[in-house]
Amino acid sequence: MYLWFHKFGSPPHFYRIAGKWLPWLGGLFILLLVAGLYGGLFLAPTDYQQGESYRIIFIHVPAAWMSLFIYVTMAFCGVVIIVWRMKLAEVVLISSAPIGASFTFLALATGSLWGKPMWGTWWVWDARLTSELILLFLYLGVIGLHSAIEDKRVASRAVAILAIVGVVNIPIIHYSVEWWNSLHQGPTVTKFDKPSIYWSMLIPLLLMALAFQVYYVLALFQSCRVELLRRERNSKWVEDISDD
Amino acid sequence: MSDTALLQINNLTCIRDDRVLFEHLNLSLAAGQMLLVEGHNGCGKTSLLRILTGLKLPDEGEILWQGETIDQLAADYYEQVNYVGHHDGVKRELTCLENLRLVQAMGKPSGVDLDDALEQVNLYRYGDTLMGSLSAGQKRRLALSRLIVTEAKLWIMDEPFTSLDKSSMASFETMFEHHLDQQGLIVMTSHHDVEMVNADIQRLNLSQ
Amino acid sequence: MNRLSLSQAFIYLLRRDLTLAFRNRAEFANPLLFFILVITLFPLAIGAIPELLARIAPGIIWVAALLAAMLSLDSIFRSDFDDGSLEQLLMSAHPMPLLVLAKVTAHWLVTGLPLLMVSPVLAEMLGMPQEAQGMLMLTILIGTPILSLIGSIGVALTVGLPKGGILLSLLILPLYVPILIFASSAIEGAAGGLDVSAQIYMLLAFLFLAISLSPVAAAAALKMSMS
Repeated sequence: MYLWFHKFGSPPHFYRIAGKWLPWLGGLFILLLVAGLYGGLFLAPTDYQQGESYRIIFIHVPAAWMSLFIYVTMAFCGVVIIVWRMKLAEVVLISSAPIGASFTFLALATGSLWGKPMWGTWWVWDARLTSELILLFLYLGVIGLHSAIEDKRVASRAVAILAIVGVVNIPIIHYSVEWWNSLHQGPTVTKFDKPSIYWSMLIPLLLMALAFQVYYVLALFQSCRVELLRRERNSKWVEDISDD
Repeated sequence: MSDTALLQINNLTCIRDDRVLFEHLNLSLAAGQMLLVEGHNGCGKTSLLRILTGLKLPDEGEILWQGETIDQLAADYYEQVNYVGHHDGVKRELTCLENLRLVQAMGKPSGVDLDDALEQVNLYRYGDTLMGSLSAGQKRRLALSRLIVTEAKLWIMDEPFTSLDKSSMASFETMFEHHLDQQGLIVMTSHHDVEMVNADIQRLNLSQ
Repeated sequence: MNRLSLSQAFIYLLRRDLTLAFRNRAEFANPLLFFILVITLFPLAIGAIPELLARIAPGIIWVAALLAAMLSLDSIFRSDFDDGSLEQLLMSAHPMPLLVLAKVTAHWLVTGLPLLMVSPVLAEMLGMPQEAQGMLMLTILIGTPILSLIGSIGVALTVGLPKGGILLSLLILPLYVPILIFASSAIEGAAGGLDVSAQIYMLLAFLFLAISLSPVAAAAALKMSMS
């Protein structure tokens, strides 16, 4: 088991394997995306309260889930970096950051689009949107800190610490913002009430979530391969590849 | 001369930007020995010393002190190491004596009286003078006086003789020889010619 | 001779930092003046409408406190980094988290405590009711150490960077949000005569969490910065 872990973590091995998986991941993503969108846009029934505009949750909710999932993944990589200094973990962490930031931005944008037909404004200080906004700053912090430090192995340790500190704070921030929101909103309905869930809504939602997961892995593998080439450009295995 | 190596460098590799500074370096240093690291500017002397102090992580390899890695030993290793780097490591706004008291507080104090220590480095009159008022050479002598006020087996020094005049250099070289006689270890770099003829010196040239 | 005990080393470093701050008095007055100035700007910007000012006073004072804290953070490690004292501390015989805690304590005594003493005056100027002023001081007493502790992690990460200050705000302000929320809500609640023990307990919980975890994170970050 440890040997497998060790082998998987080796850059040239990962580069090869990830390269083989890319077309399959691409195909799977398209499949899931089409299925999810078809289910969400056409098959799921019109909501009693919110009409057709609620359908944006099929993008908004999975995007928000991904934004959190990716940050937790980054924190996990952070622990691996600090304890074992594994090069692959370093590459996965920094490659995940822009992808996570994009999902966060997507969640914010779709949240904003949802709000406009419902409440007439492009932005509301809803608990979840505000939390997502702060999460976006946390992602930008990781990206900014990594780019500011020249030695990338040292930079990886820095963002590892930052990601771990961030992940500890995320539940605290989330809870605080929820609490703040309930305080100022009063007992009225929260602005982005999820419509009562039917199976026909749940399944497209899960399909979209899965599609986004596959997309993450796809984008991650792509990005990691490039980053590995860049970091290891003087090593023999990269020279062998460029000779091919 | 003792046979057992106290300081062991195993398979050490250091890469900066795109250049390999040194790789697969293997070395051992026993009590009473000195390692003199030589080479042109930028060849990795400071990096090597900083790896030995644990301030920098190597790309490959490990450092062992008395058989254990310095990561594991942490504070126990540091108790036995004195480091004098490029910076003096003393505060401008504190007096010489205050700085020395802090050095003792942070390490393992030797029994030496602080005024005697200042005497040995020719700073006796400056005990209550703020560091900021001293010349570069005087600051360097104060930085080196940490070697007197704390008890450490391994001295790691990066260009210790910067800003010092010849007579100061000579007196410090005598101090280093004395430390080696007492079964201490020294790792250092120096642009100046080191005239310690009685010492057991290993030379490592990183320019190759 | 033996090395000092942990508590002795802590007190020694604390006293050293306080001495250094005292000898650099002018530098340390800046954050306090900034705090006062920022608060003064609000009536000028919004208009000196008593009810409005009193209503938003808790928020203004706390945002100003956050900004002043951020401004002051640079001084925790900058000087030690520049003159080589930081690497000597990293190589001391004592655990680095303990030394970091000593430095952060000194920082709070020099920057947070003055805020505490000035805040009632500023609160009065903004028309904050008396009941709320007591709560203001309590939140500042509990909250500003948390700002110093969490802030120390951010400074530790950026001390080696040339333009670290700008990045610092991006790193730290999101982490400050919970403190801001609970502190200002506690003061508002007190002004309205409500029970705000929940907010105070949350702040205390943050404080204990910060005391136990942030020195460890900051020490790891300092080690990274010195590489």
